[in-house]
Formats: sequence, structure tokens, C-alpha cells
Amino acid sequence: MSDAPATTLWQTAWRQLRRNRLALACLLIIVLYALIALYAEGAYRFYKFRDQPPPYKVVNFEHRFAGPSVRHPLGTDSLGRDVVLQVVQGTRIAFTVGILTSAIAIPIAVVLGALAGYFGRRTDDFIVWLYTVFDSMPGLLFILAVAIVVGKGLVGVCLGIGLTTWVGLCRLIRGEYIKHRERQYVLAARALGVSNLAIIFRHILPNVLHLVIISFSLRFPGAVLTEVVLSYLGVGVQGEPSWGIMISDAKLRLWQGHWYELGGATAAMFFIVLAFNLFGDALRDALDPKLRTVEAKTA
Amino acid sequence: MLSYIIRRTLYVIPVVFGVALITFLLFNVVGWNAASQMLGKRATPEEIAALEKQLGLSGPLPEQFLHYLKQIVTFDFGRSFATQQKISTLILDGVLPSLSLAVPIFLIDLVVAIVVALLAAYYRNTWVDRAIVVGAVMGMSVSTLVYILAGQYLLAYEWELFPIWGFESVKFLVLPVVIGFISGLGSGVRFYRTVVLDEMYQDYVRTAFAKGHTERSVLFKHVLKNAMIPILTSVVLSIPFLYTGNLLLENFFGIPGLGYLSVEAIFSTDYPVIKAVVFVGSVMYVFASLLTDICYALVDPRIKLR
Repeated sequence: MSDAPATTLWQTAWRQLRRNRLALACLLIIVLYALIALYAEGAYRFYKFRDQPPPYKVVNFEHRFAGPSVRHPLGTDSLGRDVVLQVVQGTRIAFTVGILTSAIAIPIAVVLGALAGYFGRRTDDFIVWLYTVFDSMPGLLFILAVAIVVGKGLVGVCLGIGLTTWVGLCRLIRGEYIKHRERQYVLAARALGVSNLAIIFRHILPNVLHLVIISFSLRFPGAVLTEVVLSYLGVGVQGEPSWGIMISDAKLRLWQGHWYELGGATAAMFFIVLAFNLFGDALRDALDPKLRTVEAKTA
Repeated sequence: MLSYIIRRTLYVIPVVFGVALITFLLFNVVGWNAASQMLGKRATPEEIAALEKQLGLSGPLPEQFLHYLKQIVTFDFGRSFATQQKISTLILDGVLPSLSLAVPIFLIDLVVAIVVALLAAYYRNTWVDRAIVVGAVMGMSVSTLVYILAGQYLLAYEWELFPIWGFESVKFLVLPVVIGFISGLGSGVRFYRTVVLDEMYQDYVRTAFAKGHTERSVLFKHVLKNAMIPILTSVVLSIPFLYTGNLLLENFFGIPGLGYLSVEAIFSTDYPVIKAVVFVGSVMYVFASLLTDICYALVDPRIKLR
């Protein structure tokens, strides 16, 4: 036994992440976007509470299709609304979708995966059958189907994405529980008479939690991109500016040479999706040594 | 071996039943008021009842489910609400246009992605590899919508290199194929790079190097062969998605495939069409994954032990 102070998985991971400048830059971008989303949520609630039309919805026909200026850094759209303010509100929708879909998908994945892996037998057969069935559903089309059956709007979108994207994580968690259920700490807990539920959620869960965090950061960009497509197809958010709606609106103006709206929404989306993807990769390398493919193995 | 294949084949039955059950729960139980949604606010109760009967939404749920199972077995999903055409005909008519768009995209993507992935593996731990990874992720971070809009606007409208809309000759397919290829390349490269690099650190690769093989021969003779298993899986499993895969491209370029059909159905809340396309797509996936598993069992004898 060495005398070196023990470091937890999280400490080791943080130390590795801190050395990765690209990952830190991505984290910074994510935090920045999160602050913008918080601000936008605040603005949205403030104007709703005051029962005033929010500035991003103020129509001004005299200033439609204005180019970039000091007052409107990215110009205005076909109704004279400021593009920057709409991009900011789009950030709010993107974060809402990213967080809510995870709040739906991750609990389903964790609970089902844990039960299947821990109990095995019939429970496992049933849950494996269930996720095989969900896995067979044709991605985007099934999301669209759920969203329109539940009702167009934010709730439909989140339910659609959430209910269809839990399978991958569920599989991973099930595999981990199958490994952990024979480990000595679990056998010891069982011998001490700890209940199954306590073993599943208090003893084993902390050991697989890193998978949840990796899954969150890698599913977020997917949810943002899907929301855009859904909004474009008209099943997304209704009556509020979102990146998808901006792109969909811009589709008609592009032929008239107005591309600021498209550019603004695309750029906003590009950086957050890129940051989450790169950060998610770095996080996976830091948190899950088994999945660490390249850098570590050459050492 | 044979018993594994038989067991695996029989497993298709509960899975297809599950798919039927989920689509039924979604469209008949959650979406019980589809008829009044489709007809709008002014519909009379009689009209709603008539449409519900036509959609198989009337009567007790078990009866509705039996009706749905009968539709599945006879491949007769009724008629489209918007156009009154037979849905089974619509689906069959859409397959060819969809495939003529999806297959070229898929094949070009596959070949280019694997070549780039091998390149990344060859230059692993250098800036070339890192640039490829970051480039791939950057490519993935742009919405498909933007690729389509930019491509259609610049290449077809501004520079008039391609026709903008329609499905009359091969010329009409070039631009959508190019756009589809570009928008899918990033994720393909990232996936195959991981597959190839995972192989690079296996024992047999070290042995091959120890025997004095060159980097190139190890990469192409040893690694590529072994990487074929995960590559084949992903190929077979993407086949069913070819059929619903290109919703947006078909919609933007007016290619009358299943994606076009689905988007039109979504715009006109044509529930029976959406339900049928979702079901048929899922069943195709179930059979493709059966095929993959059987191929696996034939290629890799260890599978039998499971």
C-alpha cells in the first residue's frame, strides 16, 4: 500500500480535463451559452409576467430586412424583429430541449438498465425485449410521430426525443450492473442484509454514474439538432423564436438575398453543438478509462 | 449453431409484436382523438364517428388491436386521409425513389469515411489525426437543414449547376446525393476511426509489427479485415434506415420517396400514413438485425457459446 493520498475518479478526471486546453475552451463556451439561456429565460418570464410584448417579438415593418447596424448587430428579419434577440431566445429553447429530454431519457435508461442487469432472468428478458422494440423504431420518424400524437410544441418535442433515445444508455447501464452484481462489495452488502433496492441505487449506482454524465453531454447536441429539424417541420415550439424556426423562416428569404437570420441561427447552433461534442469526448476519455481509446494506450 | 439461428429467428415474433403494440399504444391509445384532430373544429360527431371507424379507432381497444393486427398481416393499412390513395401502394411506390437517393449517399459515405478513418489511424497521434477528428466533429455540428439550404441556394440557384427541384433524371439526384454525403461524412469518419483505432491496439497487430510487417500492410491486410465485423454490422443495421433516412432531402428536392411521403403526411396530420410508415420501417430494422446476428454467428464461432 502506498502512502499517496487516495484520489477519487472525479479528481483524476478533473486533473486530466484541466490539462486538455480544447476541452476547457469547450467548457467555457458551454457555460457562456448556459448563462445566455438563463438570461433569456429570465427575459421571457419577465415580459410574460408584465404581460408586455417582449422586445424579440416587436414587429417593426419600417426596419424589415435591415442589414447589420449598431442597433441590430445581425440585422432584422422579415417582420423587423432583431435577429440577435431571437438567437438569444433560441438558446433558451435549445437548452430547455437538451435538459428536458435528458430528464426524460436518463431516468428511464438508468432504472430499466439497473433492474435488468441486477435481477437478470425474467426482468432482464422483459427489459431487453422492450429496448429491442424501441431500438427498431425508425429514429426521426418515430420522434415526429410521438411529437404530433402528443401535440405540437415543446412538450411534444421533448417527449418525442426523450422517449426514443434511452436505449443506448440503458444497454450500457445493464452491462455495468451485470458486472457489478457479482463484485465483492455487492456480495458483502447482500450478506449484511441490505435490501436489493438499496444495493441497486445506493451501492452500485455511484459506480456507474459517470456513464450518465457522459451520456448527458453527448446527447445534448443531438437533441439540439433534432429540435431544429422538428421546428422546421412545424411540430416544434409554437409562437416562440427557436433556431429551427429561424432557419425555416430564412429559407424563404434566402432567395431574396437575406441570409443574416440563417447565419445567426447556424453559427449559434454550430458552436454549442461543437463544444458539447468535443467536451463530451474529452469527458469520456477522462471518466471512463476503458473507453479511453487512443492517447492513453500509446503511453 | 443451428439452434442459435432458430432461436434468434423465433425472437423476431415477440419483437414484431412489440413494435405493433408500441405503435398501437401511440396511435390508438395516446392519439385516441386523432379523428377530431384531422377533421378540425367544425366536424360533426357523425363525421368524426365515420372517420374513426375508417381509421380503426372505434370500438373497444382489444377489438381495435385485432383490427390493426389484421391490417399488418394483410399489408393493407387502409387509405391515406389526405389523398385517399391506398397506403400500401404509396409505400411500395416510394421505395424506389428513396433507395435511388439513399443508396448512393450511403455507399459514397461508407467508402470515403473508411478511407479517411484509415488515414487518421495511419497518422494517429499526429496533427493530421487531430485535424481529422476536429473536422469531423465540426461537420457534425452543422444542421442538415443548413447544408441543404446552402447547397440548394449556392449550387443550384446562384451558380445554376444543378436543377433545384424534381425527380426526372439522374441529374436531379446529383445535388441531393452530394449534400447527403457531406452532411453524413462527419459522423461516419468519427465512428470508423474509433473502430479502426480499437483494432490498432489488439495483440495481433503488435505481433504483425513484431514480425516486421510495414505500417501499410498491417493497416490494410490485418486491421481492415478485422474491422470488417463492426463495419458490416453498422452497414446491415443502416440498411432499413435507408428507407426513411432522408426525410429532409426528399422534401427539399421533391424526390417522391418515403421521406417525402412522411413529411407530407406530417404536414397534413395524415395519421394512418405515418403509422404505417413507422411500422414498416421498424419491421425492416428487425429483419436487418436478424440478418446481422446470423452473419455474426456464421463468421464468429464464439457467438454460439452465448
